[in-house]
Amino acid sequence: MNVVNSYVGQPIERIEDLRLLRGRGQFVDDLHLDGMLHAAVLRSSIPHGRIIRLDTTAARVLPGVAAVITAAEIGDPVPTIPLRLVPMSDLVPYEQPVIANGKVRYVGEPIAVVVAESAAIAEDALELIAVEIETLPPCVDTRSAAANQSLLFEETGTNLALTYTTVLGDADAAFAAATTDEYYIRRERFDTQRHTATTMETRGLIGAWDSERQHLTVYGAAKVPFASRGMLAKQIGLPESAVDLIEGDVGGGFGMRGEFYPEDFLIPFAARHLDRPVKWIEDRREHLLTCNHAREFDCDLELLCRRDGTILAVRGRINGNIGAYIRSNATIAPRNIAQFFSGPYRIPNIHIESTMLVTNKTPTGTYRGPGRFEGDFFRECLFDVVADDLGIDPVAFRRRNLITRDEMPAKLATITPVRQQEELDCGDYLQTLDRCLAEFHWVDKAKLKGRLIEGRYHGVGIGCFIEGGGVGPRENARMVLESDGSIAVYVGSAIVGQGLETVCVQIAADALEVPMERIRIFHGSTTYLHAGFGSFGSRSTVMGGSAIIDAAENLKKAIRTAAALRLNCAVDDVLLEAGMAKSPDGNVVGWTDLASENLRADGTFFCDRRTYGYGAHAAHVAVDPGTGHVEVVDYVAVGDVGRIINPMALRGQIVGAIVQGLGSTFLEHLVYDEDGQLLTGSLADYLLPTAIDYPNIRVFDQEEYPSPNNPLGAKGAGEGGIIPVGGVIANAIASAIGVQPKSLPLSPSRVWELMNP
Amino acid sequence: MNVAFDINGQPVEVQVEPRTTLADCIRHDLRLTGTHVGCAHGTCGACTVIVDGDAVRSCLILAVQMQHAKIVTVEGISNDDALTPLQAAFRKHFALQCGFCTPGILITAHALLTEEPNASEDRIRDVLSGSICRCTGYIPIVQAVLEARAAYQVQARSAAA
Repeated sequence: MNVVNSYVGQPIERIEDLRLLRGRGQFVDDLHLDGMLHAAVLRSSIPHGRIIRLDTTAARVLPGVAAVITAAEIGDPVPTIPLRLVPMSDLVPYEQPVIANGKVRYVGEPIAVVVAESAAIAEDALELIAVEIETLPPCVDTRSAAANQSLLFEETGTNLALTYTTVLGDADAAFAAATTDEYYIRRERFDTQRHTATTMETRGLIGAWDSERQHLTVYGAAKVPFASRGMLAKQIGLPESAVDLIEGDVGGGFGMRGEFYPEDFLIPFAARHLDRPVKWIEDRREHLLTCNHAREFDCDLELLCRRDGTILAVRGRINGNIGAYIRSNATIAPRNIAQFFSGPYRIPNIHIESTMLVTNKTPTGTYRGPGRFEGDFFRECLFDVVADDLGIDPVAFRRRNLITRDEMPAKLATITPVRQQEELDCGDYLQTLDRCLAEFHWVDKAKLKGRLIEGRYHGVGIGCFIEGGGVGPRENARMVLESDGSIAVYVGSAIVGQGLETVCVQIAADALEVPMERIRIFHGSTTYLHAGFGSFGSRSTVMGGSAIIDAAENLKKAIRTAAALRLNCAVDDVLLEAGMAKSPDGNVVGWTDLASENLRADGTFFCDRRTYGYGAHAAHVAVDPGTGHVEVVDYVAVGDVGRIINPMALRGQIVGAIVQGLGSTFLEHLVYDEDGQLLTGSLADYLLPTAIDYPNIRVFDQEEYPSPNNPLGAKGAGEGGIIPVGGVIANAIASAIGVQPKSLPLSPSRVWELMNP
Repeated sequence: MNVAFDINGQPVEVQVEPRTTLADCIRHDLRLTGTHVGCAHGTCGACTVIVDGDAVRSCLILAVQMQHAKIVTVEGISNDDALTPLQAAFRKHFALQCGFCTPGILITAHALLTEEPNASEDRIRDVLSGSICRCTGYIPIVQAVLEARAAYQVQARSAAA
């Protein structure tokens, strides 16, 4: 990037903070529209069954109720929620209808929507709806689903929605050839538990219908407003130009928020149906019951290596419990878990089948590091089991198998269907491992392995990871020179609370060589650009930032062209400096004076190659044999993320992600009983990390290997922190207690059971 | 029912249903939307406000219980000119990301440091453990509150003098 670099790379304090710290953010529930009604949703209390009677008469006549909407009001066919990124015809039969239509398949599935003068009246009216459901046997785990004895979708004849196949080399041939003592084979099963992002702001929407303009406006969008607009417009039968999604402040995303949910249709539909604005704010129980769940995978994997620890092949099967329907991004985790199983390691032969099995639980989607957190847990645990068996030091085992700098770019396994081939872009994985060992003081701490000190067993664990980011294909930006000389920057990226406004301002101010104060960012809403791609897959800085750079170049051209006429010189001779345009003979015109000429420029960035950040994490734990409680005594994270735009914002992403990962490892669990009822429907039951849990985290970021794939040299960095945590902690616990954990979460009772089999 | 109380130094009188929580009253009747509701069952702390000097969860009390109370919300500990030392410390340490839990945490920290300007790190962590933040991992929040102690210590000394 050929610019004066004054903001990029600096720990610039966040612009967002000035409103958020004063309580002046504008989250969706903060909006009040005139004449607004309120919605509440009746949800199935039965995990699997047929609706045989639905009587809404009593609810409709309750004073204050404006409407009750069921499948009957929506009409035939009831729209379904499509896959957002790549359509797959095999999965269409498993798509979720926006309201239960004949059958219910999970507890929490919407059956009816009541719209009333207040949220309280709407909730009162829910009690008056009579529903009779003929129950069917529920499938709650992958084993019962795979048996196909109770089918969620009778018409497909199977609960196996899809199987992905991931291949590199020829794993079966490698196993077949391994017939002598020189080789070692180990087969293991591991599993990770269902949990989810749990944003602090629950979901919420306001739909508003303008009957005169025949225009629908929806407030509360996040993550992918343009894609969601496309889905809604099609479902509701309006042209995209008649639908706008507006993004305000968003209370956390983490992959879960902003995907298309049933309510994203139901609330706008209700607003149009009644010709009045309708607000719906999810409560916490609904949130835990209905937002995309994640992470419920089990595996049966086999590793082949030489006795010196050189890995030759991995093969096996990974099962994904994806819940009752294929929602908008249900395929991401089952893909990633197999495609990126090898992580930063050289595994020359791979054959993994990963399945998507439907069950009578809440549908699943992405949660930060989808499939990667789970896959890293499987891989790093398997590595330590193998290394321990072969008497090889876990660090030496990893060192032997890490891809070296000279092997870059390195191909990953190919996944089908929707064939995808990825390659690791650049980096020195051994260097981050070495730095992690040094910062952690591994040599000293490794001496504590298995020792009982003051009543607790101590152990250490280490793991390496890659983070795929900068997911394409494209992002757009527009810059407009305003009459006061400021520059309005419209970005297709969405803000989900990650500090992107500040990052965009830093990039735009540097690219235009103007002070930050002159940049204003407008984001996310579909009113700003013809298309935008949003915020997922650690892409916003990489893709959105690169689009801003392109727009800035184009705006500078437009300014030069306009200035050349005023300054009477050639366009190429105009020099732009600090918000002024100068001719070679010293004449000057301010950008403010040029603003009347309506100067604007679009920018776009296209890239179909992902960026790969990478690094290593190490943990020191102390385990109380009396209670099974594990203290994280020290946790060190080293990561190389390419060009760092804002080191403080980056650090925030990484520390926050590590603590989420520790929650995933120790606490968070969406527990279902065998009948398909969720037992953890409040934040008193579903435990999240608090301020007393994990105070000892040290983060070291570096930018030694800028990505060659974009003009910033940046790599995605929002997810890396969470990816290795489960594996690293499990291995540290194994080193403390001498038993390898194979399941998450590692709650005190689970750890105690490992020690007292 | 009618209820009269003082909020951020302003006397108000509102007509509410008996079942209206203080959180809903503050947000929707008084339109002070800085106070957020994250769980509505007292576990997350986002709705914390100060009632007669104590930090309380406004989702767990009813508006009608507030007769004659003195209430302070995040708007009441903010001003237009500049961030307060507590807010500035949060900004400096990147102690917020999405900002949804932040008002409740600011109010909790403000109530704590007003009472205990010398609170130790352990004490701060212990008190903050009643608030859930999903973005930051808490480490920068604790750093910010530790730094903000100085301003409250000065205030306490001048009040004593």
